[in-house]
Amino acid sequence: MRNTASETSASPALIFWIIAGWVGYLALPWYGIEDGFFTFEWLIDGYPLDGDYAPAAFLIGQGDKLWLAPLVLPMLLPLLALRLKKSDPNYARLLILSGALGFAWLIAQGFGIGIRGFNFEWLKALFGDLGDRQFGMGYGALLVASAFLFLFTQGIAARGAINGDVFVVSAIGGVIVIVTVFVFFPIAKMLLAAFITEEGGYSASVFAAKFFDDRLWGLGCLWGGRCGAAWNSLFLAILVGIITTVLGLVFALVVTRSGFRYKRALRALTVLPIITPPFVIGLALILLFGLSGTVTQFFADLFGMQPTRWLYGMPGVLIAQTLAFTPIAFLVLIGVVEGVSPSMEEAAQTLRANRWQTFRTVSLPLMRPGLANAFLLGFIESMADFGNPLVLGGNFDVLSTEIFFAIVGAQYDQGRAAVLAMVLLFFTLSAFYAQRMWLGKKSYTTVSGKGDAGVHPLMPKGLAVPVFIGAGVWGLFTVVVYGMILYGSVVELWGVNNTLTLKHYVTAFSVRIEDSGIRWTGAAWDSFWTTIYIAAAAAPLTAIVGLVTAYLLTRQTFAGKNAFEFGTMLSFAIPGTVIGVSYILAFNVPPIEITGTGIILIVSFIFRNMPVGVRAGIASMSQLDKSLDESSLTLGANSWQTFRKIILPLLRPAILAALVYSFVRAMTAISAVIFLVSAEYDMATSYIIGRVENNDYGLAIAYSTTLIFVMLGAVGLLQLLVGRTRIGRRTQFTAGEKA
Amino acid sequence: MSNATIVGKAAPVRFENVSKRFGRDVVAVDNINLNVEAGKLVTLLGPSGCGKTTTLRMIAGLEMASDGRILIGDRDVTTLPATDRDVSMVFQSYALFPHMSVLENVSYGLTFSGFSKAETRARALAGLDLVGLKGFDSRLPSELSGGQQQRVAVARALVLEPQVLLFDEPLSNLDAKLRRQVREDIRAIQQDLGLTVVYVTHDQEEALAVSDEIVVMRNAAIAQIGTPRSLYDAPVDQFVADFIGEANILPCTIDSIDGDMATISIEDYRHTLPSRGLAAGPAKLAVRPSRLVIGADRGFTAKVAKATYVGVRMEYTLEASFGSMFAVHEDVDSPFEVGLDVTVGFSDKGPVLLPEA
Repeated sequence: MRNTASETSASPALIFWIIAGWVGYLALPWYGIEDGFFTFEWLIDGYPLDGDYAPAAFLIGQGDKLWLAPLVLPMLLPLLALRLKKSDPNYARLLILSGALGFAWLIAQGFGIGIRGFNFEWLKALFGDLGDRQFGMGYGALLVASAFLFLFTQGIAARGAINGDVFVVSAIGGVIVIVTVFVFFPIAKMLLAAFITEEGGYSASVFAAKFFDDRLWGLGCLWGGRCGAAWNSLFLAILVGIITTVLGLVFALVVTRSGFRYKRALRALTVLPIITPPFVIGLALILLFGLSGTVTQFFADLFGMQPTRWLYGMPGVLIAQTLAFTPIAFLVLIGVVEGVSPSMEEAAQTLRANRWQTFRTVSLPLMRPGLANAFLLGFIESMADFGNPLVLGGNFDVLSTEIFFAIVGAQYDQGRAAVLAMVLLFFTLSAFYAQRMWLGKKSYTTVSGKGDAGVHPLMPKGLAVPVFIGAGVWGLFTVVVYGMILYGSVVELWGVNNTLTLKHYVTAFSVRIEDSGIRWTGAAWDSFWTTIYIAAAAAPLTAIVGLVTAYLLTRQTFAGKNAFEFGTMLSFAIPGTVIGVSYILAFNVPPIEITGTGIILIVSFIFRNMPVGVRAGIASMSQLDKSLDESSLTLGANSWQTFRKIILPLLRPAILAALVYSFVRAMTAISAVIFLVSAEYDMATSYIIGRVENNDYGLAIAYSTTLIFVMLGAVGLLQLLVGRTRIGRRTQFTAGEKA
Repeated sequence: MSNATIVGKAAPVRFENVSKRFGRDVVAVDNINLNVEAGKLVTLLGPSGCGKTTTLRMIAGLEMASDGRILIGDRDVTTLPATDRDVSMVFQSYALFPHMSVLENVSYGLTFSGFSKAETRARALAGLDLVGLKGFDSRLPSELSGGQQQRVAVARALVLEPQVLLFDEPLSNLDAKLRRQVREDIRAIQQDLGLTVVYVTHDQEEALAVSDEIVVMRNAAIAQIGTPRSLYDAPVDQFVADFIGEANILPCTIDSIDGDMATISIEDYRHTLPSRGLAAGPAKLAVRPSRLVIGADRGFTAKVAKATYVGVRMEYTLEASFGSMFAVHEDVDSPFEVGLDVTVGFSDKGPVLLPEA
C-alpha cells in the first residue's frame, strides 16, 4: 500500500518548508540589501552582525527589532506536527494556526512599522514613540513569509481540501498571494492616494476637486475649445475599436473567404504588432506626414500648399493606433471567422438562402462574439496606448499621457495621477466586464459533435469588392509605413538632408575591440543590454506563473474558481500606465521597497504579461485529454508528478510560445516601463522616447529598427522550435474525410 | 392558420457519367450513373473515403460535378448552386443555427421562399408537429438533447417540401438505442409523405433497415445497386458480400452447368444453385453464417474450433481442410463441443456463386 508510508512519516514538503523558514529566520539577511537583490557583498561585509545585513535572530539577539521575536512561536508550532500523523485533525490545525499566525504577524509588523517608526497615529498613541524603524523586506523575510504561506496551505490540504492535494492547494495559495501583492495591493494603494491631502491626511474633497476637473471632463471641443482628457480617450478608443474591428474583419474575410492567393503573406501581418514597439508607427507617420514629411513636402511642392501640423493631434493618433492595432483585431477575427462551422453556412445554402443572405443571417451573427472581442481589445489597447499619443498627441490630451505628465512633469501631483488612473481603469475595466458579460450570456458554440466537414463559401460579390479594396489599400499603407521605418533609419536628417548614411546605427551600436576585450561604445548598448537582461529574466517567470495558473483553471475545480480566474485575467485590463503609477506608489516604501531596481521592472512584466501565458496554457491544456492526468494519478503519481511528467512535456509548444511572447512584449513595452525605469535600469523603449523628445529621430528610428529585427529573430526562432516539436506528433486527420 | 400541412413534391434524381475531382489527381467520384426514383429512399453505402458523401453533396449543390450531368426531375441542375436547387439536407452535425430559436431555425428556409409571415410560421409549426416537437419552438438548440436537435434539423429540411431530401449520416451522433427509433421515424415520414430521400451511411444494418434501394460504393465507383434483399442474397462480388452482413467466402468447383443452374462440389459435397453466368471450373462461393447447417445429413467435414455463447444464439468458428468459416446456430441449450468433427451443409437458399473470381 503506497499510502502507509506517507501516513507515518512526515511529508518531505513539510520538512522542507520548516527548514526553509528557520534558514530565513536564522541565516539570511532579514532586510533588503541596498546594492541590489543579486549582489553578495554582504557575505564579506559585516555579516551576520551588521544591522543592515543581519538575520532576524541576530537582530533580536542584539536587542534590535524586537517586534520580530514573536515570529518564533508560529515557527515552533509545526515542529510538533512532525510527530503527528497526517490524518490526525491536530496536524492540520497546527499547520493552519502556525501559517496564519506567522503570515498575519509579518504583514501587521510590515505595515505597522515603516521608515519613520510606527506608520499609524493610534499605534504611537498606544505604545509611545518606537524610536526604531525598518526598511523593505529582504531574503530572510521573503523566505519566512513563503514558509508560513506553504505551511498554511499544507494545513488546508491536510483538512481534505481539493482531495488533500498539497501541490494544488499550495499553487492556488501561491498564485493568490502574488496576484494580491503585485496586482491588487498596488491598485488599492493607488486608489487611496487619490484621497491623500498635501498634509498626508485623507479627504474626499481632495478627490472631488481633482475628479471634477475641467481638464478631465470638459466638453469645450463641442464649441471649438478643448475637451477633457477623459472624453478624448473615450472617443478615440471607441473610434479605434470600430475601425480596427472593421479592418480586421476585412483581412480575415480575405484570408478565409476568398480565392486570394497570397494568404500566407497576409497572415504574416499578425506578427507585426508583436514585434513593433508601439510608438514606432507614430514615428513613421511623422516621417510621412509631419511638417517635413515626404508626403507633406510632395503636396507642398505640387500645389503650393502650406504644410500644416494636422497630423499632431487626434488624426495622427487615430491613424497610428489603427495601424498598430488592426493586426490584433485580425488575429482575433481570423480564428473566429474560421471557427464558424462550414456546415452552418452550407445548411443555410441548402435552405435556399443565397450567399449574401447566408452571410448576413448566419455567418455574421455567429461572428458576433468575435467582433465584440476585437472591438473591446482595440478599445482597451487604445485606452492604454501611451507611446503614440506621446509622440503624436500635440494638444490632444489623453488619459495615459496626462497620467505621465502628472507624475514626471513640473506639477508633480501624485493625487491627480491617481485620479486619472482611476478613470482610465474604470473605462478599461468596464470594457473588460462588458466583454465577459456579453460573451457569457449567449452560447455561440456550434452545437454539434463530430462530422463537421465541408468548405466555407466564398464572400458574396457585393461584399468582396469593397473588402478587397479596403484590404488592398490598408495593406499597402502598412507596407509603406514599415518601409519608412527601415528607410528613415539610414537617412542623414529626414526632410532636410536625404543622403544615405549608417551614422545613426554607428552612434547607437558602435563597438570597439581593445586589448581588454570588446568595449560597447555605442550610446544604446546600456539600455539594450538592460532590456535583454530584464526581458530574459521576466520571460521564464511569466511562463511559470501563467502555466501554473492555466493548469489550475483547466484541470482543477475549487471553490471561488471563477473569482480566481477573473483576478488573474484582470491585469490584462489594467493599462500599463496605471500599473506604472500604482507600482511607484506602492513599492517605494516598506514593506516591499523595490522602486528603482531591476526587480520592479521584472515584476511589472510578469504581471502585465501573465494573461498571455495563462491563455496560451489554457488553449493547449484544454486540448489535452483529462484522462491523461487521471491515468497518471491512478498509476500512483501525485498531481505535482503528473504536472511535471505528463502535462509539461506535452505543453512544450505552449511553454515556448509563452516564453518568447513575454520576452518580446517585455522588449516593446513602454507604458508601465517609463514610470519604473531609473538611471541604472534604463530600458530600450524609454531611451528611444527620450531621443524622440530631443527630436533625435534618426537615432530613435535606427534603434527601433534594430529592436524589430531582434524580436523578429526571436519569433522566427520560436517558429522553428515549435515547428520541430510538432513533427514528433502524429497529425490526426491528414486528408480530412472528403468522401 | 394551423391547417398548413407538409406534403411531398418528390422528384427523381439522375446522374449521367458524373465525376468529381479535387485538385488535379484526387478522384472522389469516378464516372457514375445513378437513377433515384421519385418517392424512394435510396442509401449510399460504403466505407469511408468511397465517395458517398461527395455524391450526396453534388446532389445538394455544395460540390459541383467536374464532368457529366445531374438531373433533378427533368431539370438539369449540374451547374446550379445549392441555393437554387429544390433540395434540402440534414447534416451529420445537424448544423442548427445556435443563435436562433428552434422556430427561427425551422422558418429559416421558408423566409427565403416567398411565404408570407403567417404562412411561414404556420408551416414551421406544422413541421415541428410532424417530428413530435410541438411546444419546443422558443427553445435554443443548445437547450435540446441530441435526438431533439436531430429532429429539428429534419423539420427544418422537411418544411421546404423539397424535391429531394438528403441525409448525411444522420444517426452517427446518436446513441445506439435512439438510432433504431430515429431511423424508423425517418422511414415513416418518408413513406407517409412519399419523399425522395438520398441517405448516406456507412452502417450496413442501418442501410438494410431503411432503404428501398442501396447503392454500395467503393473507390469512387458504384460496386452494386439493388434492393436490400437482393444485395444480401446475391452480392456481385466479395467486397459487397463482405460489406453487407458477414459472409464466408469458400472455394468450390463447378462441375456442370444445366441451363442457368450449376452443380458445385466442395470436397465430396454437391450442391445445386443458380449459375449466374459462370462456366465450369473453380469458383468462389459466398455463404452467410446463418446459412451454414451444422450437423447436416450431407456436407463437408469440419472441426469446431471455437464456440461462443452470445445469448440468443451460439457462434462457431469451424475449421475445414480448405479454410476456416464462421457459423451461427440457434440451439443454445445443447451446443457443439469444441474439437468435435461435424458435417456442415448449406441450407436451400444459402450460398451464392460470386461472378467475379
